[in-house]
Amino acid sequence: MKRVLDSLRRRPRLAFALLTVLLAALPFIMGFGLGNSWVRVLDFVLLYVLLAIGLNIVVGYAGLLDLGYIAFYALGAYLYAWLASPHFGLHLPFWVVLPIGAAFAGLFGVLLGAPTLRLRGDYLAIVTLGFGEIIRIFMNNLNAPFNLTNGPQGMNLIDPVRIATFSFGKPLHFHGLTLPPTYFYYYLFLAFTLLAIFIALRLQDSRIGRAWAAIREDEVAAAAMGINTRNLKLLAFAMGATFGGLAGGLFAAFQGFISPESFTLWESILVLCMIVLGGMGNIPGVILGAILLTMIPEALRYIGDLQRATLGHVVVDPSDLRMLLFGVALVSMMLFRPAGLLPSRQRKREFAAENGVAEQEQASLYDAKA
Amino acid sequence: MTSPLLSVHGLKVAYGGIHAVRGIDFEVTKGELVCLIGANGAGKSSTLKGLMGLVPHSGSIHFDGERVQHAATHAIVARGLALVPEGRGIFGRLTVAENLDMGAYIRNDKPGIKADLARAYELFPRLAERRAQLAGTLSGGEQQMLAIARAMMGRPRLLLLDEPSMGLAPLMVRKIYETIATIAGEGVTILLVEQNANLALKVSHRAYVMESGAITLSGPSAQLANDPQVRAAYLGE
Repeated sequence: MKRVLDSLRRRPRLAFALLTVLLAALPFIMGFGLGNSWVRVLDFVLLYVLLAIGLNIVVGYAGLLDLGYIAFYALGAYLYAWLASPHFGLHLPFWVVLPIGAAFAGLFGVLLGAPTLRLRGDYLAIVTLGFGEIIRIFMNNLNAPFNLTNGPQGMNLIDPVRIATFSFGKPLHFHGLTLPPTYFYYYLFLAFTLLAIFIALRLQDSRIGRAWAAIREDEVAAAAMGINTRNLKLLAFAMGATFGGLAGGLFAAFQGFISPESFTLWESILVLCMIVLGGMGNIPGVILGAILLTMIPEALRYIGDLQRATLGHVVVDPSDLRMLLFGVALVSMMLFRPAGLLPSRQRKREFAAENGVAEQEQASLYDAKA
Repeated sequence: MTSPLLSVHGLKVAYGGIHAVRGIDFEVTKGELVCLIGANGAGKSSTLKGLMGLVPHSGSIHFDGERVQHAATHAIVARGLALVPEGRGIFGRLTVAENLDMGAYIRNDKPGIKADLARAYELFPRLAERRAQLAGTLSGGEQQMLAIARAMMGRPRLLLLDEPSMGLAPLMVRKIYETIATIAGEGVTILLVEQNANLALKVSHRAYVMESGAITLSGPSAQLANDPQVRAAYLGE
C-alpha cells in the first residue's frame, strides 16, 4: 500500500487522473455496490466537507474559535427557501439564489465579527455560540406577526436545482437505468467542494493566509508587523460565513425542506469536531475529518440489522452507540494523535517540539558566547 | 537644531481608572539612540504601546512632522515605526524564516527584502543556522534576536525596543546590547525602554527617567549616569 502511494507521489499526473476517475465513478460504485441511500450519504459528505473547509478558515487559519458556525449554513438555506419556494411565490434560478445566499451569510459573518473583534478564545466562543442559537431561535419564532420562516414547521417545496430545462428534482430514466436526483447533486456538490478546496489552498499560502497565521500566533505582534488585524479578522469571518451560506443554499435545494431543527448547536460542534479530528489548519485533514464523521455514523446503522439477524432483536440502539463511539474516537485522538489525524506541518512540529523546547532553553542559557 | 523625528507632547495613557502615563513630553532626533529608563510599573511600556496605537491614549504625537495619534497600528507601522514588544512576541509556531518574512509584511520590493534578509542572517548567524526551526523552540536570547531582526525587516525609521534584556542570562544580555549598538551605529534611530539603567545609559546618547507615569529627569546619558540621584535610585548605590 505504501509502495503504491509512493509511486503515485512520483507520478502526479497519473495520481490526478486516477483521482478524477474515482471521484467521477464514486456515486455509481456506492450506488450499485451498497445501495442508493449511500449516494445520499456521499452528498452529505460533500456538504460537510464544504462546511468544514469554511469553518477551518475561521478556526484553523485565523485562530478564532467559532461555535455558532451553523448559523451561516442556516442563513444560506433560509435565503434559498425565501427566493425559490412557494412561500413568497418567488422562483429564482439557483445560480442567482446561491450567490445571494452566500453573500447574505458573509454579511452576517461581518456583523458577528465586528462586535467581537476584541474578544479571544473562550469569550469569543461563548459569543459565537450565542449568535448561533439566536439565529436558530429567530428561525423558530419568525412565523408571527409576519410569517417569514414558517416557524418550527419549516419551509417546504423548495425548488430543486434546475439547469436549463433539466431539473435535479426528478429521477432520470436512461436506457432502462434509473438515476435518482442524488447522483446529479453529487456532481454539483463535488464541483463546489473542489472550488472551495482550491480557494482554501490558495488562501493558505497567500499574503492573507500568512497574516492570519500571524494573528493566530500573537495578535499584538501581528499588528506591530503592519497587519491590519481588524480587517483581516473580519475577512476571515466573512469568508468562512460565505462558504457556510453556500453550503446552506445547496442543502435547501437538495432537501427541498428546511426547518430550524437542522441547525442546532450540535451541528456546529460536529463541524468543529471534523476539523479537530482531521487536523486543524490542514485541508486534507479537514476533508478526512468530514468524511469520517459523516460516513461512520451511517455505517453504524448496519449494527442494528446485525443485531436483529444474530440476536433476533435490537439490544443496543445504533444511534446511542454512535455517540459513544464518537466520544471514544475523540478521546483516543487526544491520546494518540493530539494534532489530529492528518495534522498541518505547523501543528505537527508544535506538538513534536514540546519536549525539545525545555532542553533547548536549558542548554542555551550558558551558550551566549557562541 | 533639526526638527526631531519623533516628538511627543502631553502623552497620557490610562487603563480604566489607572493612569499609567500622566502627560509626558519627549523627543527623538534622527540617528539618536534614546533610552527611557525607570522601575517596574513606571509607564515605560505603556508609552511605547501608546506610540504604536495599541492602547487608547491622548496627547500629541508627531512622527517626521506628521500627527500619528489615533491612527491604527498598521498605519503607524507603515509610516516607519517598528516595535519589538515586551516579551518578544515572536510567532512561536512559525519557523525563524517565516517570522522574518512576516517582518517584511508591509514591503513589496522583493530584491530589497532579500538583501535585508541576508543582512539579518549576517548580523545574527545564530538565526541563519536555525532558519528552518520553529521560533518557539529557540532560547530566550535567540528569540530576542529574532524579534529585533524581524522588526528590522520592515526597514523602520524608528525602532522601539521594549526591555530587550528581560529574562535573559547576563552573557546573552551583553550580546543583545552589542547588537543594539551595531544597529544604532548603522544610523537606525532607536528608542529603548529598559529597567536595566546601567546598560541602557552606557549604550544610549540621551536618556529620560520615568517615575510613576511622569518624566522626572532627562539629559545626556553620560551625565545622567553620574547623577547622584540616578545612581542612588537605579544603579544601586
